[in-house]
Amino acid sequence: MKSDRKLQHLAAACAAALGLAAGAAHAEDIRFGFAAPLTGPQSHYGEDMQNGLTLALEEANKQGIEIDGEKANFVLVSKDDQADPRVAVQVAQQLVDEGVDGILGHFNSGTTIPASRVYNDAGLPQIAMATSPEYTDQGYDTTFRMMTSDTQQGAAVGKFMVEDLGAKKIALIDDRTAYGQGLADEVEKAVKAAGGEIVRREYTTDKSNDFTSILTNIRGAAPDAVFFGGVDAQSGPMKRQLATLGVKAPLVSGEMTRSDTFIKLAGDAAEGTYASLAGVPLAQMAAGKDFEAAYQARFKKAPGVYAPYAYDGAWNMIAAIRKADSAAPEDYLPELARLERKGATSEHIAYDDKGDLKEIAVTIYQVKGGKWEMVKTMVSQAN
Amino acid sequence: MELFVQQLINGITLGSVYALVALGYTMVYGIIGLINFAHGDVVMIGAMAATMVAASLAGADPGGASAWLAMGGALAVAVPLCMAVGWSAERIAYRPLRRAPRLAALITAIGVSIILQNVAMMVWGRNYLNFPQVLSPTVYDLGGARLSSLQAAIVAAAAAIMAGLSLVVHRTRLGTAMRATAQNREVAGLMGVDINTVISAAFLIGSALAAVAGIMVTAYYGVAQYTMGFMLGLKAFTAAVLGGIGNLGGAMLGGLLLGVIEALGSGYIGDLTGGFLGSHYQDVFAFMVLVVVLIFRPSGLLGERVGDRA
Repeated sequence: MKSDRKLQHLAAACAAALGLAAGAAHAEDIRFGFAAPLTGPQSHYGEDMQNGLTLALEEANKQGIEIDGEKANFVLVSKDDQADPRVAVQVAQQLVDEGVDGILGHFNSGTTIPASRVYNDAGLPQIAMATSPEYTDQGYDTTFRMMTSDTQQGAAVGKFMVEDLGAKKIALIDDRTAYGQGLADEVEKAVKAAGGEIVRREYTTDKSNDFTSILTNIRGAAPDAVFFGGVDAQSGPMKRQLATLGVKAPLVSGEMTRSDTFIKLAGDAAEGTYASLAGVPLAQMAAGKDFEAAYQARFKKAPGVYAPYAYDGAWNMIAAIRKADSAAPEDYLPELARLERKGATSEHIAYDDKGDLKEIAVTIYQVKGGKWEMVKTMVSQAN
Repeated sequence: MELFVQQLINGITLGSVYALVALGYTMVYGIIGLINFAHGDVVMIGAMAATMVAASLAGADPGGASAWLAMGGALAVAVPLCMAVGWSAERIAYRPLRRAPRLAALITAIGVSIILQNVAMMVWGRNYLNFPQVLSPTVYDLGGARLSSLQAAIVAAAAAIMAGLSLVVHRTRLGTAMRATAQNREVAGLMGVDINTVISAAFLIGSALAAVAGIMVTAYYGVAQYTMGFMLGLKAFTAAVLGGIGNLGGAMLGGLLLGVIEALGSGYIGDLTGGFLGSHYQDVFAFMVLVVVLIFRPSGLLGERVGDRA
C-alpha cells in the first residue's frame, strides 16, 4: 500500500509540472518539433542540423513576423531519436502529444520513415533531412524533404562514375541502413544503365570501424572505382584502409562524406576522393554566402554539410505559415505544397506532388589539396 | 592464398586489440566476479585523451622527432588518466557493493559506463576526433599481402604487454596475491593478503592495458569518439567469454581467435554460401562460433570448471 501512495504523489507531481508547462507557453508561440540523433555516433550530424534550424528560427524571431495579427515567436522543441527507428516513433508520439505546429525532422531515413506515419496520422506537415525514396513514396500529403532523394543523387553519381571517371568495373559497399543501402541500390541501377558493371558488393554496419576484410575482397575484384553509401565517420577510416591495402581506385560517396570530418579522419589518404551533394555550392549564391557568414557568427565555426539544408527547410515552413497567415497545419499545408522561394541552397525551392524538391542539381566534389573542390554540377535525369 | 594471408593479417591486428581489452575484463572478473561493463569506456577515455594530446604535440613533419614526442605524450597522459578512472570507479562505485548481490554491481557497471560516455561527450564534444598521422606507415609486401608497420607494431606491442602481464601474475608477490584472491577472497584475507590493494591493483593494471589499447585503436583507425567504447567493449567481452572468462591465457586466445574469425568470416562467407549470406553477417558468424564453443565448453576454451564460483 505504501508504494501505491508514493505513486499517487508522483502522479500528482507530474500533473502539476505539466500544468505549469502548459501555463508558461505563450499564445503566440509557434512550436516546431525537431528530432535527430543528438547522442551516439551520429550526433555530430544532429547538432549540425539543429544549428541550421536554430539560426533560421532566431532570424525569423528577429524579423518580427506577424501571424494572424500577433507577433510570432518561433520555438524549436528538440528531441533525441538516437538514430534508432524505435526511439524515433516514441519521440514522434511525444511531439504530437505536446501539440507542436509542424515537424522539422528527422535526420536519418531509417527514423524518418516510421515516424512519418505518426505525423501523418496527426495531420502535421513534416520536412525531413531523409533522402531515402521510400519516405515520399508512401502517399502521405504531409511529407517534404530538405535534400535531394537518393534516386536523384544515385542517378547522378552512377552516371558520373561511368561516364566522367571512365570506370567500367565498380565495387559497392553499404552500411545496411535505409540510407546507405538505398543510395547504393540507386547507384547500382544508374551504373548498369550507363553500361558499367558491379564487380563486387560488400556490406558493413553503421557502427563498424574495421573494413580491412571487406576491402581485401574488393581489392581481389580489382575495380576502377569504389562507391560507399554511409557516414563520414566510416568513410574516413575506410579511405585510410584502402590506401594501406594499396587500392588505387578512387573512393566515391554520397553527401554524408562531403564533410570536413571526412578529410580530417582520412588524413593524407583523403586526396582524390569524390562525393556528391545536392544543389550548387553555397559560395556561388549570394544567399549561401550570407548563410555561411551568419552561421559562423552565431556558432563560431563553419557550417557542416546539413546545416544549410536544415536552414532552408525551416524557412520553407515559416514562409508557408506566413503566406497562410496561420500556424494551423490544415491552413498552411497547402501553402507548403505550392511554395516557391529562393533559399541558401537553391534559387528555386519548390516541391513536386510527392514532396520531393523539384530542383535536381547535384554537384560532384573532389578532395584536392585537403579541401573539397567542385568538379561538376549535373542535372539528374531521374525523379 | 594471397587473400587468405591478407585476411589473417587483418584478423590478427584486430584480435590483438580485442585481446588487450579482454584482459581487463577477465582480470576483474577473475578476482571479484564482476563484469565491468565500463571497461570499454575506459578504453574510449584513453583514446580520446591520447588523440587530444597527440594532436597538440604533433608537428608538421610525419615521422620526425615530433612524432615520437606525440606518441610518448599520448602514452604519458592516457595511461595515468585511465588508471585514475579505473581506480576511482572501483573505489567509488564497486567497493561499497562488494557484498551486495552480483546483479547490483553489474547494473552499477552499466551506470558507470553511461556516466563515462556522457562526461566524455561534455569534455570532447560529439564530433569525431582524429589522431594525427604522426607515423607515416611503411607498407611491406608479403607475396601480394600487405602489412603496414603500424599493424606490425600493434601486434608486437600487444604480445610484449601480454608476456609482461604473465610474468607479473606468475612470478611476483602481487601476482601470487592476485591469484590467491581469485581462488578465495576470504581465505586469502586470512592469510594476510590485503584484498583491497589487490583489487585496486587489478583495476589499475586493467585500465593501463585499456589505455594502450585505446591508443592503438585510434592510431590505427584514426578515429576517436565518445561512443566508440561500447562496441569495442562488447567484442572484447565476447572474446573473454570465448577464451574462458577469468583466465588470462583465455582472454589472449579468445581475442586473437575472435579477430581472425571475424576477418575470415567476412572474407569468405559470401563465397562459401554462393552469395546467399554477405559480409554483413560477419558478426553473426563470430557469435555463432561463440555459441558453438559454449555448447561444448560452457566455461570457454581455456576456462576451468569451478562449480558455482565461475
